[in-house]
Amino acid sequence: MDSNNNKFTVVDAPEGYSGSGFYATRMDKAIGLARMNSLWPLPFATSCCGIEFMATMAPHYDLARFGMERLSFSPRQSDLLMVMGTIAKKMGPILQEVYVQMAEPRWVIAVGACAASGGIFDTYSVLQGIDRVIPVDVYVPGCPPRPEQIINGILKIQDLVHNESGRRRNSPEYKELLAKYGIE
Amino acid sequence: MFIINQEIVDLTSEKLRNRFGEALLTVETEMDMPVYIVKKEIIVDLLRFLYDDETLRYRFLTTLCGIHYPDSDQPFGVIYHLHSLENNQRIRIKTFTTLEDITIPSATAVFAGANWMEREAYDFYGILFSGHPNLKRILNVDEMDYFPMRKEYPLEDGTREDKNDDFFGR
Repeated sequence: MDSNNNKFTVVDAPEGYSGSGFYATRMDKAIGLARMNSLWPLPFATSCCGIEFMATMAPHYDLARFGMERLSFSPRQSDLLMVMGTIAKKMGPILQEVYVQMAEPRWVIAVGACAASGGIFDTYSVLQGIDRVIPVDVYVPGCPPRPEQIINGILKIQDLVHNESGRRRNSPEYKELLAKYGIE
Repeated sequence: MFIINQEIVDLTSEKLRNRFGEALLTVETEMDMPVYIVKKEIIVDLLRFLYDDETLRYRFLTTLCGIHYPDSDQPFGVIYHLHSLENNQRIRIKTFTTLEDITIPSATAVFAGANWMEREAYDFYGILFSGHPNLKRILNVDEMDYFPMRKEYPLEDGTREDKNDDFFGR
């Protein structure tokens, strides 16, 4: 940064109208901007992908750069459920309960092959993908994925959060989606 | 590999033969420890006898598990590992039964620690332990309607859609 010029851009302003003394934009654009840069993730780490996530949030890769300074270990205060690792069938209902306890709006990222599809554990005791119990927004492939891939998934989530319409959570499609999983 | 104390092993075999006679089917020493195959009717008496004997003192149940040999006449079995801490000697006891008569007396009367291990054997093999205080599934989901470690059931989940069988030889 040039020492003579202290101006730098944190985020680009959403498109809108500005004039002398005013600036106007759409409500959901402003909210989306705020939300995308202040997500509170809830890590649900059950195995090796969780270790990769620990590297992702640690200083070298530094998830805090994306507005995720605080990991929330309470579902009630978090916006993003990060499922990392093998989910056994017995864990399925617990995962669903954690999801239900999160307040709307909520997003889910399935990190790694196991969370996405059961991975190598094609067996009677393992849930073949968390999308059998909760809706998933972004899947990150890999076994386990590298921190760069997890960050890429996070950026995709931020993209979704940024562009989500203010009415999506009230839409019949969304209610139908939740009903499909027996939620609410 | 465990140390075999031949003196204690011989004494164990002799005492069991004297006490249980015909019900003690085979006695042999495998590479790591002696193996006794016994009739299931005497299993609790035998564990109690080995526990109470003042010289042998087999008072630690290391493990208990079920097993399934589908081609055998008596395909279902339960295997007990006992440890005599004073003598530093371990023994293995096996008992077998058929699918039609899959009830085996519970060892919980002698070892409280057998409780969860017998639930596990029930969970995976469907072996019924008579006299068990709480025989229900322990590791698998309660809704499971079969016993997954029996050889007639496939290992795979069966509901998975993304696998092309051509790549997996099935």
